[in-house]
Parts: sequence; C-alpha cells; structure tokens
Amino acid sequence: MPAAPTVEAMMLGKLDWSAIPFDQPIPLIAGGVVLAGILAVLIWVVVKGHLPYLWHEWITSVDHKRIGVMYILLASMMLLRGGSDAIMMRIQQAIAYQSQGYLPPEHYNQIFSAHGTIMIFFVAMPFVIGLMNLIVPLQLGVRDVAFPTLNSVGFWLTATGALLVNLSLVIGEFARTGWLAFPPLSELSYSPGVGVDYYAWSLQISGVGTLVAGINLVTTVLKLRTKGMNYLRMPMFCWTTLASNLLIVAAFPILTATLAMLLLDRYLGFHFFTNEAGGNVMMFMNLIWAWGHPEVYILVLPAFGIFSEVVSTFSGKALFGYRSMVLATMAICVISFMVWLHHFFTMGAGPDVNAIFGIASMIIAVPTGVKIYNWLFTMYGGRIRFATPMLWAVGFMVTFIIGGLTGVLVAVPPADFMLHNSMFLVAHFHNVIIGGVLFGAFAGFEYWFPKAFGFRLDERWGKLAFWFTFSGFYITFVPLYVAGMLGMTRRMQHYDVAEWRPWMIVAAIGMAVLSIGVICQIMQLVVSIRNREALRDRTGDPWDGRSLEWATSSPPPVFNFAFHPDVRGEDAYWDMKIAAQQQSLEHEEPEYHDIEMPRNSPTGFVCAFFATIMGFALIWHIWWLVILGSLGAFATFVVFAWRDHDEYVIPAAEVAAIDRVNLEERRNLVSMAGAI
Amino acid sequence: MNLLDPQGPVAAANSTILVDSVFIMLAIVVPTIFAILAFAFWFRASNTKARFQPGFVYSGRVEMVVWAIPALTVILLGGVAWIGSHQLDPAAPVPGTGSPVRIQAVSLDWKWLFIYPDQRIATVNTLTVPAGAELNFQLTSSSVMNTFFIPQLGSMIYTMNGMVTRLNLRADNEGKLKGMSAHFSGDGFPDMMFDVNVISPLSFPDWVATTAKTDAVLNEESYKKLMQQGIEKGKPTYRLEDPRLFNLIATQHIPPGPGPELMSDAGRPHSGGHDAR
Repeated sequence: MPAAPTVEAMMLGKLDWSAIPFDQPIPLIAGGVVLAGILAVLIWVVVKGHLPYLWHEWITSVDHKRIGVMYILLASMMLLRGGSDAIMMRIQQAIAYQSQGYLPPEHYNQIFSAHGTIMIFFVAMPFVIGLMNLIVPLQLGVRDVAFPTLNSVGFWLTATGALLVNLSLVIGEFARTGWLAFPPLSELSYSPGVGVDYYAWSLQISGVGTLVAGINLVTTVLKLRTKGMNYLRMPMFCWTTLASNLLIVAAFPILTATLAMLLLDRYLGFHFFTNEAGGNVMMFMNLIWAWGHPEVYILVLPAFGIFSEVVSTFSGKALFGYRSMVLATMAICVISFMVWLHHFFTMGAGPDVNAIFGIASMIIAVPTGVKIYNWLFTMYGGRIRFATPMLWAVGFMVTFIIGGLTGVLVAVPPADFMLHNSMFLVAHFHNVIIGGVLFGAFAGFEYWFPKAFGFRLDERWGKLAFWFTFSGFYITFVPLYVAGMLGMTRRMQHYDVAEWRPWMIVAAIGMAVLSIGVICQIMQLVVSIRNREALRDRTGDPWDGRSLEWATSSPPPVFNFAFHPDVRGEDAYWDMKIAAQQQSLEHEEPEYHDIEMPRNSPTGFVCAFFATIMGFALIWHIWWLVILGSLGAFATFVVFAWRDHDEYVIPAAEVAAIDRVNLEERRNLVSMAGAI
Repeated sequence: MNLLDPQGPVAAANSTILVDSVFIMLAIVVPTIFAILAFAFWFRASNTKARFQPGFVYSGRVEMVVWAIPALTVILLGGVAWIGSHQLDPAAPVPGTGSPVRIQAVSLDWKWLFIYPDQRIATVNTLTVPAGAELNFQLTSSSVMNTFFIPQLGSMIYTMNGMVTRLNLRADNEGKLKGMSAHFSGDGFPDMMFDVNVISPLSFPDWVATTAKTDAVLNEESYKKLMQQGIEKGKPTYRLEDPRLFNLIATQHIPPGPGPELMSDAGRPHSGGHDAR
C-alpha cells in the first residue's frame, strides 16, 4: 500500500494524464471521431431546439414502445462498434503471419475482449430486450408493461454500461482477458490496470438494468393479459419472452455475484479466485458458465419467437404445432440450466461428469430440432411471401441447423477435447449467435419497423442487406471452421503456421462482404426515411398479420388500444379479421372511456447519470465521487418513491378522436379485402 | 496440424468420434435443409400449382415424428459420448511399447517447461518423446491458466496453478509436430507454441544423455528466473537438480509467478495502479 495518499490521489484516484493513450493513434482517433460525432449531434439538437422534445418525449418517456426503440437504437450503435472491432481482428489475423501485424498484443487483446463483451451485453441483449419491450404489451393487448418507470431505469442503466465500456477506449484501457475475464489472469496480480474494472463495473451496472427488465417482462406476461388471452392463446413471441426473462431472473444474479467476488478480490484483497490463500479458479469457471450458458438461450429464445411470428405470418398460416412449440420452449428454458459444464470438459473432470453434461447438452437439441420442424411444417401448405423478414427466417433455419450440428459435435466430450477453444468453436458460436440471434433481430426489425414508425422499410435494400450478410457470414465463418480443424486456437495475435494463413485471408474477405451487408442495412434506413410517405402504413397491418400488435394503428397511440381486445383463440387478430369479413362491416360507435397512463419520469435517466459517475469513480478509485454517485442514485429513488401523481388521464374525447381515424382506415382495408 | 491427420491413438480415436458424429448428424441435417429449401420454393405465393392448406396446423403423426427424429439421433450420439468419454478419459493410461515416459509440464508466462523427472532433465518449448511409448503427463501452471494441446496427438487439458491435471498420450510416428497453449493467458500467449520431436525409441536414451550434459541446471533458483513474464525465443535445456521440483511448484511451495512489472501509476497497458500490491 502507498504510504500517505497525496491530495491528487484523493481527488483523482488513479486517474492522470497518462490514462489518455496519446501514443496510440487508433483508439485516440476512433474516440475523437466518436466524440466529435456526439458533440455535433448534441449541438444540432440544442441549436434546432429539439432538446425539449427529446427530453419530454424520449429521455423521460416510460412508454414501452419508446423505450423499446431506444434499446434497439443503442444496440444498433453498439453493433457498429463491435463490428469495427471484428473488422480489426480479421485484418490483424489476415496479416499477422510470421509478423506482429498492425496491432500489438496489448491492443489486440483489448479488442477481442471488447468485441465479445459489447456484442453479447450491448448488442444482442438490448436488441432482443428492445423488441420484447416494443411488441409484447401490444401482442398481449395491454396498454403498458407492469412497471413502466422501472423499465426506463433498466434501459438507462444498460446505456450506462455501454457508455463505460466505450469510455475505456480513450480513458485508460479495457480488459485484456477475454470477454469472461477468467481469473487468475483477471486478478490484480496479472491485470493490474483498470481494464478489468471497466469490464466488471459496466457489467454490474448494466446487469442491474437487465435484471429489472427481466422482472418487468416476466410480470407483464404473467399478470397483464387482455381478456381471453390465456396462456395457450399467447403468441409464440410472448412465450419465448416469458422463458427468456425467467432465465434472466434466475441467471443474472449469478453473474452479479460472480463479478462481485472478482471485484472483492481486486479491491479488498479477498481470495475467491486468486492463486494464493485457497482461491479457486474452477469455482469461477463453474459460476460464470452457470450464468453464461442460460445467457445464450436468453438471447436465442426471443429470436425463436420472432421467427415463429414471421414464418406463420408470411406463410399465411397459423403456427404448426403450437402446443408442441410451447413445450419445446419451456423445455429449453429448464434444460439450459443443467449443461454449463460443457464449457470446460477439458478441465479434467472424470468421464462420468463429462458424459452426463455432454448428453444433457445434446438433449437441448431435441426441443430445438422440434422447433425447426414445426417451422418447416408451418411453411408446408402455406402461401409464402418472400418479404425481407421471411428471407431472414429461411436464412436462419438453414444456418442455425449447421450451427446446431457443430454445437452438438462439441457437446461430445472426446470431440471437444480437440475442438475446445479452437477457431472451430469460434465459428460455431458465431454460427448460432449471428445465424440465430442477429438474423432474428434483423427479421424482427424489418417485421415490426412499420408498427413502430408507421412506414415500411425499403424492400430492395433490405433484400440486398440480407444477401450480403448471409453470404458474408458463410465466407467469414466457414474458413474459421476449417482453421479450427487445422488446430488453430482462438485469440492468436500472431502465428507462424502457414496452413492457417489462406483461411484467415478468406475470412477477412468475408468480413468485407458482411460489412457491405451492414452498409445496405443503413442505406435501407436512409432510403426508407426519405421515401416514408410512399411507404406509409395507413392500416396498421402491413403484412396481413395474425396477432394483436397489428390490431392497432402504426405507430400505435400512447395507450396502444382504445379498448382491451377480447381474445377468442390463438391468432387473435386473424380471428377478428375473419369475423369482421363475415359480419356486416357497419359497427356502432363504441362508447369511449377516459384512459389513465403512467406519467413520464426522469428517474431512469437521473439514476443512470449518477450510476455512471459512481461506476467511473469506482474504476478510478475516486472514493469521494463514489459516495456522491451512490447517494445521488439513492436520492433519485427516494424522490421517485415519494411521488404524489404517477398517472395522467387521456380524456374519452381524445381517445375517440384518435381511434376513429384508425377504425376508418381499418374498415377500408377490410372492405377492400372483401371486395377482392 | 490437421486434426484429421492423427499421429497417435488418442488423436485417432478423437477424430474418429468427431467424424462419426458429424455423419450421424448429417444424415438428418442434410434432408432437413433440403426440405426447408424445397418447401420454401414450392409453396411460394406465386406458385399456383401448390395447394394452399391453411388448416394444416396440427398433426399428431407429424409431431410424433418431429420429436422422435432428434430424440433418436441424440440417443445414438449420447451413446457415442458416454462410451467415448470413458474410453478417452485423459487420465486413463494409453498402453505403449517399452517403458512409459513420465513428463511433467508446467505452463509459464509465456513458455512451456517440460520436466523429465526420471531422466533428470528439463526442456523449454521443445518436447522430445520416443515413438510408441506411453506418455504420462502431469501438468500444472506457474501462474495463470493455460491449456496443453498437441493437435495431432489429441486430447487437450487445462493447466492450473496449485493443481495437477493428468493426461496420457502416445505418438506413433517419428517426426516433428507442433503443440500450443489453447487457453488465452496474456500478452505472450501466441508465442506459447512449442515443438514436439518424436524420435525413435532407440535414439531417445542418446538424446537424454546429450541433454544431460548441459551446464544449465534447473533448480528452484533458475526456475524462479524462468517464470518471470517474457517470451522465450531459444529452446534452452537443463539438467534437473531435484526431481521433486514439479511437486514444489504444484503444491505452491514455490509461490505463483509474478505478473507484469509495474512501471507507472496509470491504468494503461504496460503499467499498473497505486494499489496493485
């Protein structure tokens, strides 16, 4: 310990000018560009006078739709960051044959650690949570989630985590330990810098956000359903949301506890995972994967839900084997908790343990396989329209089967003894995460975009984006499978093995194709916004949908539904459309009532503001600021808890005015359909 | 380093299981992919010949088949996994010709130390073994986790400080192979590749005798020098002073290797923080 702390050390902790990487151009320039971009946007917002709008309508919004959109925006921004990391890694491995490449190890190691952390925690998680937030209350026919303000807190805490990770680019460093920060490498003796602290505190803070989002969505599905929406009438996406969020509630506390133990080791000299004093790294492996394995199902289950909706809608049929799908979803939910050991078959456990966990892992393939077949039979006898979301769905089915095959392969312990930690494994989990989660996120984005914004996305650019991403994926990751079969292990900053080289070059080319896919996706958004009048969705039902989100206008009014819909079966909205066509189209004017909605609240934003300060201060050991930040966050919570008015009333007349317009458009749609 | 070009019985068995498992799965995966593409193509909206059957949303028979196909595959593969895990348990001996060779491997930051306790020698970043003999590994780590892996000999295994893992291998053919660490261990990780020289059992004693003639001695003192963080470009060899050195390392009588040297106060690469000690 240092003898007597200086004034500077008390004021600034470990922070000083040497924390800024003046000698490293890449992060400095990248950080500078991003900072300039953010500043430019901020100035534009202030000068144009958009600040009040942003503050009242978005930042303090507790509307689940707005929060969902903000989650997806955050995920998209972070996808660009994580994607840049991926491009840098592919280039490095393509050129670092018998040379150091252009990235020194201390930089390269940060990049792959940041890539994994960002892609899982700040791309995949917010993307699926955003889609669930946006759509699940609409599908359930309700006006909001169970805890609207908590929802806002959850989002802003996730944003805090993302901010801290990106801050490490310019102030200090990020972890150089891989995305799970295995001790003892992540312990203070081997990683004395602030990188691991950035990693751990951003995950602790965003982990709280994820946990409250999980609690919120579980409660919403269990307690808030419109009349007649019993469990076996819920759309598949609601089921997978339930399963995924149950997993969040059960698994994320494990992550929090594990990282808390690591932080105690690093900050207070505990010995949970150190080499010395009886610490045990194997405990960390078990704990982190007890969270880590359910985590992959937390991500992929909502994607399964999205594909169920998409395949059924675009095949013009109800989902085949609905109850079987429900059973499969819940089976995956339960079994995913019993397989964590397959992540370290090579740690020396006995053959019985390895074999049992291997077989348990394979068993997950059964309900997953069932899902694939049920989608297949949903297409059978359908009238398939190949709009962009359906392309993603078919692309997913083909890609995910291959990822499933390689996944079951590494679940066979003797095969894993050769493939563990190899590029084959890297290819496998990208195969299921890109092919499953990311394709699912894109399908959901294309499918529900009109619902969120009131206009469709440009199909031409969307299809281009699909084909480039789809082919780019194969050109990038098939070579990695091959490299793995040639013995290449992951996280190599350079290598001397000639036979690996050509595959790394092909993978880099694939990465370029993938990047074109991302550019097409951005172009699609730009073109669609420009042509939004032509692409306007006036009916609220652009895809001839089947579930309740299509029963309201696009974008839906803040209260979602003027009346709680009455559900009589699966595919609630489809049944309504059929009924409306059969009955007379003239409806009596319904009697509108006042609607109470939750008031917007800055609680989430203010809480996250203080959490950011607290996290930053903890990372740099600025103790007075830690106290200030935590007090601020707590005070925000207390102020919120003592609020007097948490709801406001939308008068019946206003509800009626909004709903009449919607009904008119809808009648036109139904009468046109009837005429055809 | 092709996994499908095994040079020993363990790797051969591993890769056989790998290939067999792939083919078992391909037997259902290929038809399924074909069916996905075929159904998607045939039932396209513009195909007037395809029969629209919106009512086909449940079939007990189809459900039975779709649960049965993956379940049967998994039962078959589960059998492969169970038998394979037991036959290829890394701790189980792999019988060979001649007397077994005991090797104690220690992962250091960032190099491999191979101790031959019976021959009283040690090598760094080169593993020399006789063809056909049972190779009996005990492994540990001086600091962080690593994984010992020679792709063409099969089965990898973790090395952890304060713990000993066991691995048995056999190299059948003379020649040069490559080994590596397969678990990220810090900045020098990519330089942890090592050479594996498989030599004839007749010349192995000669190699031992030549190696033992070296002046360099491996004892607690020189080991502590060796375990400092750094990359070893040469391939030093040592005479082993005390055959119990490995036990001293594994039982932490020799404390774990130090981390990076601290040079400045900031939390930047190559540097540490105030509270690092």
